[in-house]
Amino acid sequence: MAIDSKVVARAAHLARLRVDDSETAELSARLNDILGMVDQLQQANVDQVEPLAHPLEVSQPLRDDRVTEPDVRDKVLPLAPASEDGCFLVPRVIE
Amino acid sequence: MHDKTLTELKAGLHAGDFSSRELTEHFLDRIKRHDGELNSFITVTEAQALQQADAADQAIAAGDHRLLTGLPIAHKDIFCTEGVRTSCGSRMLDNFVAPYTATTVEKMAREGAVMLGKTNMDEFAMGSSNETSFYGPVKNPWDTERVPGGSSGGAAASLAARLTPGATGTDTGGSIRQPAALNSVTGLKPTYGRVSRWGMIAFASSLDQAGPLGLSAADCALMLQAMAGHDEKDSTCLNEPVDDYLGALDHSVDGLKIGVPEEFFPDNLDGAIADNAREAMRELEKQGAKLVKLSLPSIKLSVPAYYVIAPAEASSNLSRFDGVRFGYRCEDPKDLEDLYKRSRSEGFGAEVKRRILVGTYALSAGYYDAYYKRAQKVRRLIRDDFSRAFKDVDVIMGPTSPETAFKLGAKADDPVNMYMADVFTIAVNLAGLPALSMPSGFINGLPAGTQVIGNYFQEGRILNVAHRYQMATDWHQQAPGGFA
Repeated sequence: MAIDSKVVARAAHLARLRVDDSETAELSARLNDILGMVDQLQQANVDQVEPLAHPLEVSQPLRDDRVTEPDVRDKVLPLAPASEDGCFLVPRVIE
Repeated sequence: MHDKTLTELKAGLHAGDFSSRELTEHFLDRIKRHDGELNSFITVTEAQALQQADAADQAIAAGDHRLLTGLPIAHKDIFCTEGVRTSCGSRMLDNFVAPYTATTVEKMAREGAVMLGKTNMDEFAMGSSNETSFYGPVKNPWDTERVPGGSSGGAAASLAARLTPGATGTDTGGSIRQPAALNSVTGLKPTYGRVSRWGMIAFASSLDQAGPLGLSAADCALMLQAMAGHDEKDSTCLNEPVDDYLGALDHSVDGLKIGVPEEFFPDNLDGAIADNAREAMRELEKQGAKLVKLSLPSIKLSVPAYYVIAPAEASSNLSRFDGVRFGYRCEDPKDLEDLYKRSRSEGFGAEVKRRILVGTYALSAGYYDAYYKRAQKVRRLIRDDFSRAFKDVDVIMGPTSPETAFKLGAKADDPVNMYMADVFTIAVNLAGLPALSMPSGFINGLPAGTQVIGNYFQEGRILNVAHRYQMATDWHQQAPGGFA
């Protein structure tokens, strides 16, 4: 299906991306190019074919249920754009 | 010193011809003199490199020779390196100093490698020309008006210009092999799960795989020997024994069966590219290999399947960049949603945003079956085509890239045209197979590469094939002029 500015706005919101009105036309055109190419998939006969998620079809191994992660708060918190008292700071959420 | 392979430099260190410090200073000096023109490094870690070199010299003096002791290596800036900026080529991570080190980097350091710095790349590894990097495009040392390929363009260009004797890269759809081809170096993408992804910034987790780029297949074997192996921190990293890649290099290729898929030589392929790959196969035929024609009918759908699966996985992986915990945050957010949206819109470049949007759309309610599920079914058809082929042949060969290095800017506004740069490499990622690109000559002065694909865990076999080819040819020894 063709991507219009409404579809772009919806996907952008879901992806938490801001798309300005000035960008929408160009972006819709490029996304239509990409999805037009991707539509070749519709030619494939995939009846009775199972989806493949992992090329070697191995399943996830289990490990012992024990604590392996050390406390790294003091190492990672300084990477945050804003923090205070051991917490990440964000704009006020509840007015 | 810089025209020597890692294998030769290793012997030189061992013999005491030069120290690791001399070697490291030599390459650091070359980076200073030449990288202004190429832009192949984002960060040069001079102080740490010299420290590691001195430690290597002490180890050598004490008789402690490991796989990579004292050898300078450049890491793609997608690998986390503790205490060193790890940008992934993005404004989003321009201020990110990794709090830990990727397993691959750690394993190579444990084998004595010296890290020269972090190489430039397409933003979040999304690109085939290195033009999407926040730090500007890398130039191809064979012609600085042309792209080096991508996404591991900095790795391939720095190697080609002999600014580093070895490099790491990552390959999600061709990001090691295509730049290797465009720069006349050797690059290997291992079997999915052969090398740990822990600490490698994720793009498309079911496709991403780290591997080496070097001046020869033997150098790639040496680096892979250090990189490969199980890592319990990456649950997709396979617990299979690591073969002796170095020991397999010299095996004979007499009787080797090379599969030649008609899909790698389509009617619209540039004749010079087709001839170049055929010539490389003829060289192996002279050594006793047999060519077997075959067909992989489903791989014509590789690019469309990839451009659903990879963006879908990317849209999920990149949701972690929220402007809260690390990375870029916009100025004066008015509320939390504004913080998320503006941080992501300002922190990510155009191609990354396009792929996030494609992936989000493909996974959204009502479209999942038509896109993602269908792409995964096609992925099985592609995998099954290869599995059938490998019942009859040992390796599969063809051109790595449908064209030589193109001009900077030539495809910048045309994503679909850019995506076709990986038309011969992408199927391998979807199937999870190992494959390498080796230098196979020049077309109008620009490098061409030939791809060798192996069955699962046959890295040793494809390195062996490339090594035998390189014993008989000197394409891999040719270096671009202008970087003396």
